[in-house]
Amino acid sequence: IGTADDPTLLKQAMVRVAEVQDRESFQFLFSYFAPRVKAVLLKAGSNESQAEDLMQDVMMTVWRKAKLYAPDRGSVNAWVFTVARNARIDLLRRASSRPYDDVYEIEMESDVASGEDEMFATERAERVSEALSELPEEQRQIIELGFIEDMSQSEIAEKLGLPLGTVKSRMRLAYGKMKSKLEAVR
Amino acid sequence: MTTQHHLDDATLLRYASGDLDSAFTMVVAAHLAMCDKCRKAARDAEEIGGHMMDHVAQAPVSDDAFERMMARLDSGADEQIEVDLPKKSAPDSDVPLPLRALIGDHMDDVRWRLVAPGVRKYEIQQGKKGESSLYMLNISPGMAVPEHGHGGAEMTLILSGAYRDKLGVFGPGDVADLDEDIEHQPIVEPGEACICLVATEAPTRFKDLIVRLMQPFVRI
Ligand SMILES: [Zn+2]
Ligand SMILES: [Zn+2]
Repeated sequence: IGTADDPTLLKQAMVRVAEVQDRESFQFLFSYFAPRVKAVLLKAGSNESQAEDLMQDVMMTVWRKAKLYAPDRGSVNAWVFTVARNARIDLLRRASSRPYDDVYEIEMESDVASGEDEMFATERAERVSEALSELPEEQRQIIELGFIEDMSQSEIAEKLGLPLGTVKSRMRLAYGKMKSKLEAVR
Repeated sequence: MTTQHHLDDATLLRYASGDLDSAFTMVVAAHLAMCDKCRKAARDAEEIGGHMMDHVAQAPVSDDAFERMMARLDSGADEQIEVDLPKKSAPDSDVPLPLRALIGDHMDDVRWRLVAPGVRKYEIQQGKKGESSLYMLNISPGMAVPEHGHGGAEMTLILSGAYRDKLGVFGPGDVADLDEDIEHQPIVEPGEACICLVATEAPTRFKDLIVRLMQPFVRI
């Protein structure tokens, strides 16, 4: 276990955790995500024991909030990423991730799930991966520093010795490329 | 009225990656509450996080990590939450959900403070050293927001009414997501007061001398 290259396996496991609290499925999710979540937390600046504890909290939230995962809104990967991001904001920055939770609640209330949307969500995750793998290294690096190493735009600018404006424009370029790929499927 | 002015792409990425501070996160979240388009875009941006996390070099977890998790589950302290959450929100609220925790359910409840003729302010979060500030403005029709060069990025979300500047007309739901180098002179459209939520990165730098003299007590 732990090599779920097929996103539908992750999705199925999420559904089984949500619907019947299936621990085997949770173990599958745990073995897949725990080392990734921990890696992200380490890269974002926590020490070994902090990262281990926070990873436990993140995975516990995945268990507790499994019913809130909506397959028509995005991949399991993206959802777990947001859970980890929020935990990191709550703990490492001593700020609250509450606005994120509220937006999530708005989503739950506003969009009606449909099979078509779910297909689109799968397609979207694929397109995003495609777009990211095609990015020039200088853009990819900035995305990675922001999303994984939890660096601010100005920290990225400083690290790479670039003007802040260049960092922003590379971000926009990267995102723009992804957007045009997504518009093609919409 | 449909939303004309949306979040900058770089802002969506910063929101998704968690790079915005609390003041800017709040303005973004309030806009997302009012804008389907940006909500979808934010989800796209979160997909980037999913992809990046998927491809990160994995960190080994402790040998008993899953047993610890199971012990926690067995202790019963971490029950699954029910998906149909009771609505936190008042159904007749005119305040975007993320903002309600800060100002209450109704715009009428806001305790404005008069800072200049026709300009009322409600401070939510005062920018201490190096931090962004978050506040609301309530500006009467026809009034100009004093001219200013931005000392840092500024994000303004219109909650009701409208203003006009060189970038266009900004009505309910519109967000002016501005870099530090943009200067503008918003004037509130006739008819209705303009209520907006503003996050600013650094104290606003006033250009006009008279306005500068007013700054100590205007503190916009
Ligand atoms: Zn928008
Ligand atoms: Zn301004």
